[in-house]
Amino acid sequence: MKTLIKNGRVIDPYNNIDKVLDILVEDGKISKVEENISDNADKTIDAKGCWVTPGFIDLHVHLRDPGYEHKETIATGTRAGAMGGFTTICAMPNTNPVTDNEILVEYVKMKAERDGVINVLPIGAITKGQHGEELADIGKMAQVGACAISEDGKSVPGPSLMKNALRYAKMFDLPVFDHCEEISLAKGSMNAGDRASLLGLKGISNDSEELIVARDMILAGSVKAQIHLCHISTTESIIQIRQARERGVNVTAEATPHHFTLCDEDITEYDANFKMNPPLRSKKDVEAVRQALKDGTIDVIATDHAPHHIDDKNCEFEKAANGIIGLETALPLGIKILVEGGYLTPSELIAKMTCNPAKILHSDKGTLSVGAAADITITDPECENIFDVSKMASKAKNTPFGGYKAKGKVLYTIVGGEIVVEDGKLVK
Amino acid sequence: MYNRKDLLGLRDLTEEEIMTILNTAKDMKAKIDDPSLRSYELRKSSIVTLFYENSTRTKMSFMLAGDYLGAMVKDLGVATSSVNKGESLIDTGMTLDQMGINVMIIRHQLTGAAHILAKNVKASVVNAGDGSNEHPTQALLDLFTILEYKKHFDGLNVTILGDISHSRVARSNAFGLTKLGANVTLAGPSTLISGSMRSLGVNVTSDIKGAIKNADVIMGLRIQFERQKNMPFPNLREYSSLFGVNNELLKKYAKEDVLIMHPGPVNRGVELASEVIDGKNSVINVQVKNGVAVRMAILKLLTERSAN
Repeated sequence: MKTLIKNGRVIDPYNNIDKVLDILVEDGKISKVEENISDNADKTIDAKGCWVTPGFIDLHVHLRDPGYEHKETIATGTRAGAMGGFTTICAMPNTNPVTDNEILVEYVKMKAERDGVINVLPIGAITKGQHGEELADIGKMAQVGACAISEDGKSVPGPSLMKNALRYAKMFDLPVFDHCEEISLAKGSMNAGDRASLLGLKGISNDSEELIVARDMILAGSVKAQIHLCHISTTESIIQIRQARERGVNVTAEATPHHFTLCDEDITEYDANFKMNPPLRSKKDVEAVRQALKDGTIDVIATDHAPHHIDDKNCEFEKAANGIIGLETALPLGIKILVEGGYLTPSELIAKMTCNPAKILHSDKGTLSVGAAADITITDPECENIFDVSKMASKAKNTPFGGYKAKGKVLYTIVGGEIVVEDGKLVK
Repeated sequence: MYNRKDLLGLRDLTEEEIMTILNTAKDMKAKIDDPSLRSYELRKSSIVTLFYENSTRTKMSFMLAGDYLGAMVKDLGVATSSVNKGESLIDTGMTLDQMGINVMIIRHQLTGAAHILAKNVKASVVNAGDGSNEHPTQALLDLFTILEYKKHFDGLNVTILGDISHSRVARSNAFGLTKLGANVTLAGPSTLISGSMRSLGVNVTSDIKGAIKNADVIMGLRIQFERQKNMPFPNLREYSSLFGVNNELLKKYAKEDVLIMHPGPVNRGVELASEVIDGKNSVINVQVKNGVAVRMAILKLLTERSAN
């Protein structure tokens, strides 16, 4: 099976390529990246005017399987990923039961193999049951393919346990994905500030995030372990990351599309589709996140795709679940806010969704190198994309972006040479 | 004119809507003392109280307001209902809708609960307190009382004192009073007040003497121990000595005709000394009667609207 992608703007930041080229895919691998390839192919895709990029990698996805299949399943979540141009997604372990041992890691892999349409890399929990008391079976999980460990949804409460986890994970070259939140300072349901005062909602202050960002970078530095900070949302967190990097801490960070797009002032009524953790922050913080993406302090765009059933959202705001779906809105928001807004070049945007996350995972994915697995995304970057929630592939519909005018649409998602999305529609 | 389906808060009301309620309440007040004036205009209406948080005073005030207007008033005993079997607020609301309820009066520990109920039912919804957000009928009865004694709002200095951060009464009053032209000062210890309250157009201070000086109205608020997780001040003795209002303080700093108010229940000797509660400037008991009058006005306006 040969597939030829003609005349696209090939953006492959890992190899410093950004020019019009053809790509030949053979037997699931990239076999040529050249001008005017004239080989006969079984299928030819005309990519004129489109970006041809490595398939996107999302370090932060909640697939909800096992345990919360009414919110999302591996079948629907991976399809949502494909629609958003993602070819590899990392599945967070706050499932039920919590993914804290090798059997559950194997289960997620097996389920992804059987029901999924893109690559799924399971993330293991840091502590047993995510209870913050004793280490989970980190080594065993690493052996069967866990790509990282994380307590996502909360922080490991005790600094000494966190330090042990960092030190232990280092043995297996496992990055620690860190949700930074000092829970005793985070008892509210939206960002602390004028808007929370107006709506009568208790606020979550920036220091709840910054305290753990500081703590865990100090711990990672002292044991020389790799740490990756999830969904960074505040100005002071960013300043601290810069400082920690200067003193040699092996730290990377991600930001979500909602944190670089929306701020707390966008919350006008008690609509729980605007409720997430960390909360939508102030305008000033949003600008700081954009600047940090621009200057490289934030390496990665990750969605924190957090599907919920309508009943978990259509209720009292303070009772509603945290999080929004994000796989199908990420790239168009990136183009609209970051590229059109002048913060990133197309190549820089793609790097934050491909080779940068791959590097954190120590993976050879995220490139269009000859010989690499043919994980490829083709995007029309010019078309206006007004999000239609009813047409999304995710089982969940919890997003504040319904009707939002973004830019660009994924037309093809190719995973290991197989076309999963064609002309903007799922074919698998 | 009051043309809304619900009364959820003062934040969104216009000055005109607030004055409509206060003017209607004036007519209602006479009916409390003199049964012969009652015309039972709500005899075709059914009202239910849904109190997810306990409050004897507010619930009784609403139920009597309904009774005096001839409505059928029922209390859904939340503690003994299907709520305990896990029924959602929206489902409870839709069930009551089907039973022909015209007005639902809800008190709930979560902000926005009244709003989500209102969005999902045909009946009118009255917010009797939601989380740390609003308590509109309390603020309306406070406004009514202030108007009775001071005759106007323009330029009036109103100081609200005490546990501001947990107080929906303070918030509703701040929204209402600023709309009507009064100057509002929120005063309390720094741990019970947030600087971002300034964005509501009010003064925020921890200087109690300054807050009492020039005040035309002083409203005390109860320390809501039930909502405190970490004690925001060392102990009650320290609180009452630094932030409690007593006669000595009033004599030294307050205006002669200052109005002393409190939404109740009072912690005697904490936020207000007993001599102040029972003193000549206190209108705390008048507030209770006015509460029934204001709630009668609201029920009447909401049911008249739905009848038209």
